[in-house]
Amino acid sequence: MTTLIDRRSPPRQSPGGPSRRSLLAGIGAAGALMIAGGAIINPREAWGLEVTNLKPETMRTLIVMARDIYPHDRLADQFYAVAMKPYETGSTDPALKQLVEGGVAALDTIAQGEHGVPYAQVGWEDQRVAILHKMEHTAFFEKVRSGLVVGLYNQEEVWPIFGYEGSSADKGGYINRGFNDLAWL
Amino acid sequence: MGAPFDLNDDSVVVIVGSGAGGGTLGTELALKGIKVVILEAGQRHNMEDFINNEWDSFAQLAWKDMRTTSGSWRVHKNFPNLPAWIVKAVGGSSIHWAGASLRFQEHEFRTRSTYGDLQGANLLDWPVTLAEMEPWYVKAEDKMGVTRTNGIPGLPGNNNFKVFEAGAKKVGYTEVSTGHMAINSQPRHDRGSCQQIGFCFQGCKSGAKWSTLIAEIPVGEDTGNLEVRSECMVLQIEHDASGKVTGVVYADKDGNHQRQKARIVAVAGNSIESPRLLLNSASSMFPDGLANSSGQVGRNYMRHMTGSVYGIFEKPVHMYRGTTMAGVVRDEARFDTKRGFVGGYEMETLSLGLPFMAAFLDPGAWGRSFSTAMDGYANMAGMWLVGEDMPQETNRITLNTDVKDQYGLPVANVHFDDHPNDIAMRNYAYRQGAAMYEAVGATRTMPTPPYPSTHNLGSNRMSEKPRDGVVNKHGQTHDISNLFVSDGSQFTTGGAENPTLTIVALAIRQAEFIAGEMSKKTI
Ligand SMILES: Cc1cc2nc3c(=O)[nH]c(=O)nc-3n(C[C@H](O)[C@H](O)[C@H](O)COP(=O)(O)OP(=O)(O)OC[C@H]3O[C@@H](n4cnc5c(N)ncnc54)[C@H](O)[C@@H]3O)c2cc1C
Ligand code: SF4
Repeated sequence: MTTLIDRRSPPRQSPGGPSRRSLLAGIGAAGALMIAGGAIINPREAWGLEVTNLKPETMRTLIVMARDIYPHDRLADQFYAVAMKPYETGSTDPALKQLVEGGVAALDTIAQGEHGVPYAQVGWEDQRVAILHKMEHTAFFEKVRSGLVVGLYNQEEVWPIFGYEGSSADKGGYINRGFNDLAWL
Repeated sequence: MGAPFDLNDDSVVVIVGSGAGGGTLGTELALKGIKVVILEAGQRHNMEDFINNEWDSFAQLAWKDMRTTSGSWRVHKNFPNLPAWIVKAVGGSSIHWAGASLRFQEHEFRTRSTYGDLQGANLLDWPVTLAEMEPWYVKAEDKMGVTRTNGIPGLPGNNNFKVFEAGAKKVGYTEVSTGHMAINSQPRHDRGSCQQIGFCFQGCKSGAKWSTLIAEIPVGEDTGNLEVRSECMVLQIEHDASGKVTGVVYADKDGNHQRQKARIVAVAGNSIESPRLLLNSASSMFPDGLANSSGQVGRNYMRHMTGSVYGIFEKPVHMYRGTTMAGVVRDEARFDTKRGFVGGYEMETLSLGLPFMAAFLDPGAWGRSFSTAMDGYANMAGMWLVGEDMPQETNRITLNTDVKDQYGLPVANVHFDDHPNDIAMRNYAYRQGAAMYEAVGATRTMPTPPYPSTHNLGSNRMSEKPRDGVVNKHGQTHDISNLFVSDGSQFTTGGAENPTLTIVALAIRQAEFIAGEMSKKTI
């Protein structure tokens, strides 16, 4: 089965979907990221991501970690999930899988020691970032960060959120579309 | 289209590389009736195929064959296998370039005389002067259609320029304009005017920007004297017992090795590949590589003192709209040691799209400091700082015999350390750039470190005396009369200005010299 992100999947109260109770249980950094069977489900954003190669908990932690590395409060979880998806699909490679599972386990170990909960449930971004700083020179961290800097900011869907308009030749350039429309100076 | 020449035709001039230097030289020679074969490692694209997407375009155009790095420069840490951001394609880096076309200043051809003896800097006067170069600059500006020369109007200023210009004026700069750009501000030479597309670095899809791909090579091919063989990687230059070069061995697109004979070989593979090729061509007669009796091949590699400043404002700028680099402040280009360094720098508008901004704003950085800067993207203005860096013998292209490319040849290692003068200039320039943006209301400014090198210079330097450098004032190697260097690696020193106008002027001049020597039968 292929991993799938389906933004059209029925939200919230679909039968068999996460109950109110399990939603509340998900409180922490993981927020609306629920684990149901072999998938991560975000009922608020109405998408699901099947996780087959990694542990679902690992994938969820990766998504939380991605937001902590490049925190954009205006970006939905979905964009971080898409950016992290290659680690799941790529984890058919045992070496990558080991790097990722091992890295996340190390994050959780530090988090358990300092806060008594796994990384994804540590409450404040600052606290999680402090954990990441302890890991930032590892191959695992650098792998995730360097993949993310392309995987996140190269998603065409995030560009409008940052006010970047992307391809322009197909629209005739900006010669009649505001190349010199700045008027506030 | 140019007629194909025979592999055994030893009357042709073989040029390695089709970029700013090689593409211009080949076309100029062809126009003079000389038969030329350009061998180009990369593919040939049509301008319509260029992609308005930074990473996809990078995949299409960039030189990605293996290279290694060493030294204290930050590129070594963040981009260990990408020392330079340059092109592997017909047209070379003239596809990527932004079009800024400035002449060197008079004293920049005489830095040893002007700056004196600076510790650690291997300064040397060029064997040519500005006065000698002026007629060739005139020809180059006409050929390239440089704005504000030849009666060509300047480009209109975009939003990024508006902020830049207002800031420059506020801090008291006077020499600010939309620059001297090899981009048509009005239709010229069968090419239309700039559509303000904003992807100048990704290959201009409108044809307004000069490149050897669209503006030179087709003209050369029309003469029937120029053949461009793409996807042909030159591996070695060969010579005979008398020490004259006889041709080159290259791998064609199927990986088969071919031998093209030649009367003359001109190397124009940009400042990393050109010295690499000379070094990889070592023989029992020339054990240290071709044209290397001085030991200077690969040394004095320069990349300009660069850096960028981005400013975030309360209101939108949309800096990415329109020409990427049509904006310059020239006030700091002067020679004035009161600032604490020799040499000068130019300030030029610059924008990156969101994907490249993420990769280059502060490579390796993460967390809120970085991400809130990215949140300010729409309200950002950007400038590039480009100044003269000091040539150092130890900044150097060498063969890394531990790492081989797909042809089994040692790859180039690029070693670079900033000279203290480079650092002093960069820090000064950061402050001035930030001051410009703060003067017009920036709420935050960001000093951004140098990107992988776009201006690669000096690794086969020109010198009066054979012991000081690799080539003479015509780019002819001191050691081998029918071997030339025709790209930016000839530069004795780098000047503050973007190099391509000077590369093109030198290539036009070299074509004149080669044609003259051929008719005199001296080569
Ligand atoms: C993003 C960017 C922006 C720039 N903006 C400006 C600007 O505004 N103004 C300016 O003056 N300059 C600018 N430059 C610099 C400019 O592009 C270069 O200075 C110029 O193109 C260098 O010319 P060249 O002939 O030395 O090499 P190139 O133009 O790089 O050409 C070298 C060619 O040789 C080929 N080659 C190398 N080795 C071999 C081999 N062994 N066999 C066959 N082929 C080979 C390469 O594939 C390449 O096509 C910019 C560069 C970049 C990357
Ligand atoms: S802005 Fe002008 S020069 Fe640059 S790519 Fe667009 S049309 Fe070409």
